[in-house]
Amino acid sequence: MRPETIRPRNLAAARPLRHDRDIAMTDAKLNWRTFLLVGPAALFTVLFFVVPLAAMVAVSFTAGGAASLDNYRHFLTQPSYVKALVNSLEVTLIVTAISVVVAYPLAWVLAERVPERWQRAALMLTILPFWTSYVVRSYSWLLLLAERGVVNRALMATGLLDQPLQLANTRAATVIGFVHFFVMLLTLTIYANFKQLSPSYRKAAADLGAGGVQTFLHVVLPLTLPGIMVGAFLTFVLAIGDYVTPQLLGGSNELLMPQLVIQQIGRRADLPLAAALSLILMLVISIAYLACARWLKLDRT
Amino acid sequence: MSAKRSSFSAGLGLLAFSASVLAFSPAGATEELNALVWCDNTDPALIEPFEKANDVKVNLKVYEGTGAGLSILDQSQPGDWDVMVIDSIDVQRVAKERFLPLADDSLPLANQFPEVRMDDILVLDGNRYAVTEKWGFNAISYNSKAFSAEDVSTLKKLTDPKFKGRLAIYDYYLPVLGMASVATGTPTKDFSDATLAPVKDLMLQLKANSKLVGEVSASQTALATGEVDVVVGAGEWVTAGLHAEDPNLEFVIPEEGGILWSQSLAILKDSKKQDLALKFVQHVLSPEGQAALATSSCYWGMPAQKDAALNDEQKKTLKFSSEQQAKDLAASNRYPAPDPELDKKMQDLWNDVLQAN
Repeated sequence: MRPETIRPRNLAAARPLRHDRDIAMTDAKLNWRTFLLVGPAALFTVLFFVVPLAAMVAVSFTAGGAASLDNYRHFLTQPSYVKALVNSLEVTLIVTAISVVVAYPLAWVLAERVPERWQRAALMLTILPFWTSYVVRSYSWLLLLAERGVVNRALMATGLLDQPLQLANTRAATVIGFVHFFVMLLTLTIYANFKQLSPSYRKAAADLGAGGVQTFLHVVLPLTLPGIMVGAFLTFVLAIGDYVTPQLLGGSNELLMPQLVIQQIGRRADLPLAAALSLILMLVISIAYLACARWLKLDRT
Repeated sequence: MSAKRSSFSAGLGLLAFSASVLAFSPAGATEELNALVWCDNTDPALIEPFEKANDVKVNLKVYEGTGAGLSILDQSQPGDWDVMVIDSIDVQRVAKERFLPLADDSLPLANQFPEVRMDDILVLDGNRYAVTEKWGFNAISYNSKAFSAEDVSTLKKLTDPKFKGRLAIYDYYLPVLGMASVATGTPTKDFSDATLAPVKDLMLQLKANSKLVGEVSASQTALATGEVDVVVGAGEWVTAGLHAEDPNLEFVIPEEGGILWSQSLAILKDSKKQDLALKFVQHVLSPEGQAALATSSCYWGMPAQKDAALNDEQKKTLKFSSEQQAKDLAASNRYPAPDPELDKKMQDLWNDVLQAN
């Protein structure tokens, strides 16, 4: 997911074709020096990712010390386990969709409507909440959303409600907590995309007679889709693996996958089952990545 | 008893830093003692007097849940840890492999109720591997402005529709399923596969009335902010610390009896400072140490020693008197002690309850 690989198809196609000789030279550089440069990163990845992952896979296929498929079977035969995965997917998709809808106009305003000299400051303000602790932020939401919290009291005071809404300890609270965080992330990726967008595309569209809506739908939106997709993918991955927000805000009125994983460890220390559940979650994320990468043609660059 | 507790005010910080090492270091201390503990054992009122008296620095690491504590031991070098606080019911799981037998005559055991001494699970083959430092009941905490003690006097009453949306359930399956078991007529010692069905029924009814299933800080917050009026599975350890801020927050031991929780202190077998570790254990069991531990800012609980130096106000808040304790202990049940297979089933039953709408 290097930034330069996230390029819309048509921009990539617009680049001048490389000369054959350039290509030959690039290939020739795949020698010991290349490996030396890659070495440290590769070693790090093998030691701290591949080896632990392999250990996790191995552990997940044991039960009571013997090789077994029990952990995976257990997941598939327990409706409450499968439901945790479904809950996770539902919450994550809702969060991703809402975050995109909120972040896109914000990124557009920041990139195109805020005067250039204020943009840096405006961007700083946008990501200011990142600077507070994630736990503190989630916990604060709980206090805001409580039955006698700020939100409910404000709504009652204005006469919009006569009964407090139950917001805290619901899925809605989890979604709100997540969206608050991920709008910032998505705003950054989409903003960066807007800034890379040359104004000449829009001028060209206008020259060819496209109106504002047409230009947006056929030119601007497709060209900023990569920013949306990258941000949405990051949102998906980070949200589906997060334990803190659903645990603090959801009130355990339903379980998401990370909560289910932690439950296996807390008292019983059932690492094999926890490992199996984590790998199932990882599989889902990998599928999402492949879908995303395929769309962006990341595999071709 | 899980260590998933913390006071309303301290809860936030503990969530964030539950795994961090807190060190209170008197300048120039010559020795160090490493203690793997629950959050209540980190209160400076408990630790500092020991550090000053012995010219020692106590390094404290907080953990939650026996499984997590054992992982920390597994990841450490033998000898890294000197003392450990552990859920009393889990002592048998690890004692012989990890703990040092303690000489009974080095400990003030005569000042503990027999139910609190728990010789049957802390003494194995004639060796005492741990000593109770604090205990209490999983019972029912409530706001006396909303409901009377009579309203909440048994678990079954809480299935009444008038409690709809007013309940929180403490998120730890062992004691709460234990309470449901006792309420449906099975003492926890007889808890088995065969008795799971009525327990699940009752739990589903309670879940239908509940607004949240939460860990300590979440349940406390909900009770303190009026989000709920009753916490199932809570007790003195949830409400006593809040009593000064809101005297309406009370706890009641249900008619069918409470579930006795207990935390113990053990010395690690591989400790290189066994004498100092024993001094620490003795300090925690001293009248002053017991009072500080019982009223720790993280959560309150009953002192293991009858001679704990609590003042009258603290005793009243804890309902701590020999007669009351003797009566409550006699009516109480232990935590269920399932084998690994039943344990997993209980956890799954709990998940089913959480996932129910």
